[in-house]
Amino acid sequence: MKNIFLVLIIGLLSINLFSQEVPQVQIKDLNGKTVNTKSIVENDGKPVLVSFFATWCKPCIKELSAFNDEYEDWAEETGVKIVAISTDNARSSSSVGPFVNARGWEFDIYLDANGDFKRAMNVGNVPHTFLLDGNGKVVWQHTSYLEGDEDHTFEIIKKVAKGQAIK
Amino acid sequence: MKKLTILILSILSSGVFSLYSQENNGGQVSGNFQSDIQYYMEDNQIGAVAVDENVLVNSWANFAYTQGNFSAGFRYEGYLNSLLGYPNQGGINDGIGMPIKWAMFNNNNLEITVGNYYEQFGNGLIFRSYEEKTLGVDNAMMGFRVKYTIAPGVYLKGVVGKQRYYWDYGPSIVRGVDGEIQFNDLITSLSESNFRFAAGGSFVSKFQKENNPTYNLPQNVGSAAGRINMSYKGINLSSEYAYKINDPNPENNYIYKPGQAFLINATYSQKGLGVVLGTKWVDNMLSRSDRNATLSDLTLNLMPEISKNHTYTLPAFYPYASQPIGEFGVKANVFYKIPKNTIIGGKYGTTVSLYYSRVHDIDRTRISDTIPEFSSGTLGYNSNLFSIGKELFYQDMTVEISRKWNKNIYTNISYVNLLYNYNLLRGVAGYDNVYAHIGIVDMTYKIKSGVAIRGEFQGMFTDQDEGNWGLGLIELTIPKWFFTVFDNWNYGNPDSNNRPHYLSAGFGFVSGGNRIQITYGKQREGVMCIGGVCRNVPASNGFSLSISSTF
Repeated sequence: MKNIFLVLIIGLLSINLFSQEVPQVQIKDLNGKTVNTKSIVENDGKPVLVSFFATWCKPCIKELSAFNDEYEDWAEETGVKIVAISTDNARSSSSVGPFVNARGWEFDIYLDANGDFKRAMNVGNVPHTFLLDGNGKVVWQHTSYLEGDEDHTFEIIKKVAKGQAIK
Repeated sequence: MKKLTILILSILSSGVFSLYSQENNGGQVSGNFQSDIQYYMEDNQIGAVAVDENVLVNSWANFAYTQGNFSAGFRYEGYLNSLLGYPNQGGINDGIGMPIKWAMFNNNNLEITVGNYYEQFGNGLIFRSYEEKTLGVDNAMMGFRVKYTIAPGVYLKGVVGKQRYYWDYGPSIVRGVDGEIQFNDLITSLSESNFRFAAGGSFVSKFQKENNPTYNLPQNVGSAAGRINMSYKGINLSSEYAYKINDPNPENNYIYKPGQAFLINATYSQKGLGVVLGTKWVDNMLSRSDRNATLSDLTLNLMPEISKNHTYTLPAFYPYASQPIGEFGVKANVFYKIPKNTIIGGKYGTTVSLYYSRVHDIDRTRISDTIPEFSSGTLGYNSNLFSIGKELFYQDMTVEISRKWNKNIYTNISYVNLLYNYNLLRGVAGYDNVYAHIGIVDMTYKIKSGVAIRGEFQGMFTDQDEGNWGLGLIELTIPKWFFTVFDNWNYGNPDSNNRPHYLSAGFGFVSGGNRIQITYGKQREGVMCIGGVCRNVPASNGFSLSISSTF
């Protein structure tokens, strides 16, 4: 038993961990339609930014507001699509649509009320953001939001859009 | 159990090994890790205690392996020993092990899970299996789950298993089915319609062996729920009704009354405006997969709260928790963005949010003149759907104004007015209801890209409980690093000899999916609630270290 575990850990550590694709999970859009997470990250070979948030999470709102201020410019320059995943549970999931619409956020928004997608992406705390390259592979991620993080995020998006390595 | 562990580990390992031979066709490994470590020091003024171990540690790590349609994983957890304030009666949570193990097959229409899984039917009124690490809640299912998409827009789920109880499982066998039809996806002629309609239903049954000497308890307890969701352009209406047969338990004092719950949410939104109206009525809906369990153990369902989830420190002193024994609540939220480039809205626009919620008891009448309400072994009481009782449990009014003034300055100003039924919500007697006014100013000044300073100032004014509080926080962020210092001062405590400062300072480092934070200071005793579940956070004094990583 112990040996199996040891072998497993060594095995895990020796793998290139950053080739993850988005797992298949069923979540809902703001109209209550069930969608597969594979389909929401399609973007014609362009990068996709997937951001996990909650309406009660202040840093999340700051981060998404900062993204929204820049979204038009970012999309024009790199073709990036932003997808925001609300982890609000049944307490506030029905408020997500009005909350987001009032702010005029232009992202695709989805509801993950029991945390199925969050768990499948191994997200512990929100905000947590993943960047997918044109092939749908996770190439970069970021947890928390510190002031000005969006500038760094955009630098990374530009590199990924050009197919450059992230350093 | 052990066999399953070995089986899953073997599958995982063989997957890992196969990577070496099929480099271009390998699977993926992902996971996360978190460790929370606290060093405890005594402080008599705030009631903080030291522990025999000096240091307590909660840690866990998830590993998942995915290859094509197959995935499997496990979670390793260690509580050495469990941090104070998490559910741990008699040391039941202390230890290390691998409580979560699962394997899943998934293609477009069919998903089969064996081992552990989390699931929710509808809003969770009759079934919600979930984890909330900050509360120490994990009522994962152990068993089997099948999800099947019969036709476009027609979804079926079936579950069977037992619920996690610390390192063991609860006594009940839980069985459930859930179905939902989204008519616009099923009927092609409706696919482009602006009017969307969906209906769903679920049934859950738990079996617990009984030989109670006093009462003839039902060994099988069934519950059912039905829900609808419709939307037309910016309008959305959703509702769910749930019914549970009699389920006598210590918390309802062994009454034989069936339970009911009703939820309605209506929303309207357009660009710049959002409105939410909601109501909830709950009667005797407490459900656990062990009728004798207490605290947050083995909860089988969850009544979502109707109040706002306050995350600033002072309003979170008095959090509301759902009362599954009976409650009636209403809420109204309005979100409005004053347009940008207007005199009032400023260059970037200003967001105004209004929240109101109020929760009462339900109205009950005696089943006969001679039998008091909640008499054991009887039907307990009579109640009518949507009846409103006199006793007020909670009320909150919150106004929040967020504004970005220019590229560098951002403010968030809130006013919160709370009414908190202390006796009911803390399970005590003899205390006054708390009426509190709270003001919060949260300002961020961006000095240059990646460098910012944030100040948070909160004041709470109340004549009850511990009186007035003031809080000041300064946070400096530079790329990848943050530094925080804050003081929370009970300057208005009616006992003038007991007006402690809770000073705290910390810093942290964030890089990619990794985060590390170190804090030194004092934490006030309090209550933390999410969902209908709360935990008592004990006063503490000392160092804490938190490390998390997603990979």
